[in-house]
Amino acid sequence: MSLTARHLLLLGGTSDIGRAVAKHYADNGWQVTLAARDVEAASRNAADINTRQPDAGVAVEGLDILETESFVSFLDALHPLPDTVVCVVGMLGDQEQAETDPDHATRIMRTNYEGPALFLDMIAARFVSRGYGMIIGVSSVAGDRGRASNYAYGSAKAGFTAFLSGLRNRLATKNVHVATVKPGFVETRMTAGMDLPGALTAKPKDVAERIAGIEIRPRDVIYVLPVWRLVMFVIRSIPEPIFKKLKL
Amino acid sequence: MRDLSGWGRYPRTSGPLGMVSDVDDAAVATALLSGVVARGLGRSYGDAAIGRETTLSATGLDRMQSFDPETGILAAEAGVSLAEIIETFLPRGFFPKVVPGTRFVTIGGMIASDVHGKNQHNDGTFGDHVEWIMLALPDHRVLRCSRAENPEIFAATIGGMGLTGTILSAGIQLKRVETGWIRQKTHAARNLDEAIRCLQQTEDATYTVAWIDVLARGKSMGRSLILEGEHETLSDLPWGEIPFPTSKFGRISVPMEMPGWMLNGASIRAFNAGYYLNGARHAGRDRVVTWDAYFFPLDGIGNWNRIYGRRGFVQHQCVIPEGAEHVLFEILDRLSAAGAGSFLAVLKRLAPASGLMSFPMKGLTLALDLPVSPENLTLLTQIDGLVAGAGGRIYLAKDALQSRDTFQAGYPDLDRFCRLRDDIGARGRIASKLSARLGL
Repeated sequence: MSLTARHLLLLGGTSDIGRAVAKHYADNGWQVTLAARDVEAASRNAADINTRQPDAGVAVEGLDILETESFVSFLDALHPLPDTVVCVVGMLGDQEQAETDPDHATRIMRTNYEGPALFLDMIAARFVSRGYGMIIGVSSVAGDRGRASNYAYGSAKAGFTAFLSGLRNRLATKNVHVATVKPGFVETRMTAGMDLPGALTAKPKDVAERIAGIEIRPRDVIYVLPVWRLVMFVIRSIPEPIFKKLKL
Repeated sequence: MRDLSGWGRYPRTSGPLGMVSDVDDAAVATALLSGVVARGLGRSYGDAAIGRETTLSATGLDRMQSFDPETGILAAEAGVSLAEIIETFLPRGFFPKVVPGTRFVTIGGMIASDVHGKNQHNDGTFGDHVEWIMLALPDHRVLRCSRAENPEIFAATIGGMGLTGTILSAGIQLKRVETGWIRQKTHAARNLDEAIRCLQQTEDATYTVAWIDVLARGKSMGRSLILEGEHETLSDLPWGEIPFPTSKFGRISVPMEMPGWMLNGASIRAFNAGYYLNGARHAGRDRVVTWDAYFFPLDGIGNWNRIYGRRGFVQHQCVIPEGAEHVLFEILDRLSAAGAGSFLAVLKRLAPASGLMSFPMKGLTLALDLPVSPENLTLLTQIDGLVAGAGGRIYLAKDALQSRDTFQAGYPDLDRFCRLRDDIGARGRIASKLSARLGL
């Protein structure tokens, strides 16, 4: 283990994208801490990376993104404060259930917006007082415009996207970079069973590569597959009177 | 519903394919589903990895768990592929003790088929280097099996075609190698007699196998190239070569199903003759080749199974026990007389194996593939009869055709296997199209 290794804190260490991001950073010599609610599942990913890459030393910390009161003690216990935090926390949920079950809707909104935003705000303050830091938030193209099929999720992601943009604006002069990543379709457990168009669908590995690329060349907002920038431009350009009648 | 078939694309079926993302899910699914069998990368050729009712994809069980460089034991979930193992550990100086002819197979699949490689005569099968297996049974139990714990179930699971339960994870032994290169020596054998003798004479080599031209007739019947191989040591490695080359493979691929007429007697005959003559030119000289070129030549051509066209092909691998070699001559005679050609058929001497249902026995094994046609299926049925008559058996991982009689004649421990399946509640619950076809 190198003493000079850079340190990544990854929020959402059990997701497929999280696993790929952790692996990519570990392969590049970073020390990685996976934060996740399900410590056992995160440990499974940590063991996998540590077995494949014996110098990796991936560690696991329990963190429930909905337990916002726990954030301060979690951050106090982090040594060292990471160089980069990547947040891939997300919950697609069930839109139809969210329409009739406020608890489910609340859970989707808090998991995708409230928890991540509050956590990143707190770590941002620590980055600012230290003098540097990198914050990478994985949001979603679903937040670019609300659609009938997933607007509970989409609206929370829209909030997260706006949060990241505001944070970026605030920290632009503070040597803390904030990046927003919009993956588009990704082949993961979250999308298992969906019929996804191949040309618009990335692999978790692609997302990881794009995220790690931000370390070398800081970017503000990226779509993992560039075609999504165009797709979302078109979707945003449709006038609302027409858009509202589309089946999307 | 998903279209499901083996690597031979025959038979083709469809059915539900359940995905599991961790070992707990896999154990629960094994206990709740009926007529289910686990499937890895789908490289068994026939109907072994298709559930009678439901197929359980184990590719989500793809985490490695630990590796001890002192003992060389890797603990990993059953869906981890051989390709990943080599990619991860060869640069660290470790290589699996046994590898089959493709690296796109999973640990679970290699155990279930008890696969063998070019070193089976010395080093046994893959199962001989498995330390332990975590197995999910239909009664909700998850058992650790090894030669010391639940040895009966362990022996039945090695080569048990997934029919004792779902393999969740395993500990497998890797060996130290100094390089990723193989020093290969080629011998040309002009006929089957010479080939058999040559395989015998090269048994001291770590790896030895013969590529046989099954279309050669008359005095040349059974002409073969025998390829010996040894792991190249660091001190012998040609100057300037890196010790652990990465795979160069996977750049070419068969883009679509080839029209059936492209594979005919003439094209296969020409290919085999060319292959033999080219190899014979190099006979006697050492060549140093990369691990992937030596062990996995067909992996270099993506989707090579499409070359046989829409109807698919059957792979046939039998073993003829020692002392009954004359039957091998008769099999070759029938194949060459029918003009039923195969690209790169393989001949190899085998030693007995330890799994209850493992394929290898002391004798000679012949593996070949034939495009599916009514004539070829009839021919293979006749060959099965010859194999059974000689006391041999057909490899279940390749099989799509054999009859129950051939099967029962070939596997003398079948009764014990069936009793054990009864004892653990697997009969009827854990079932594949293969087990249904063979009356298991």
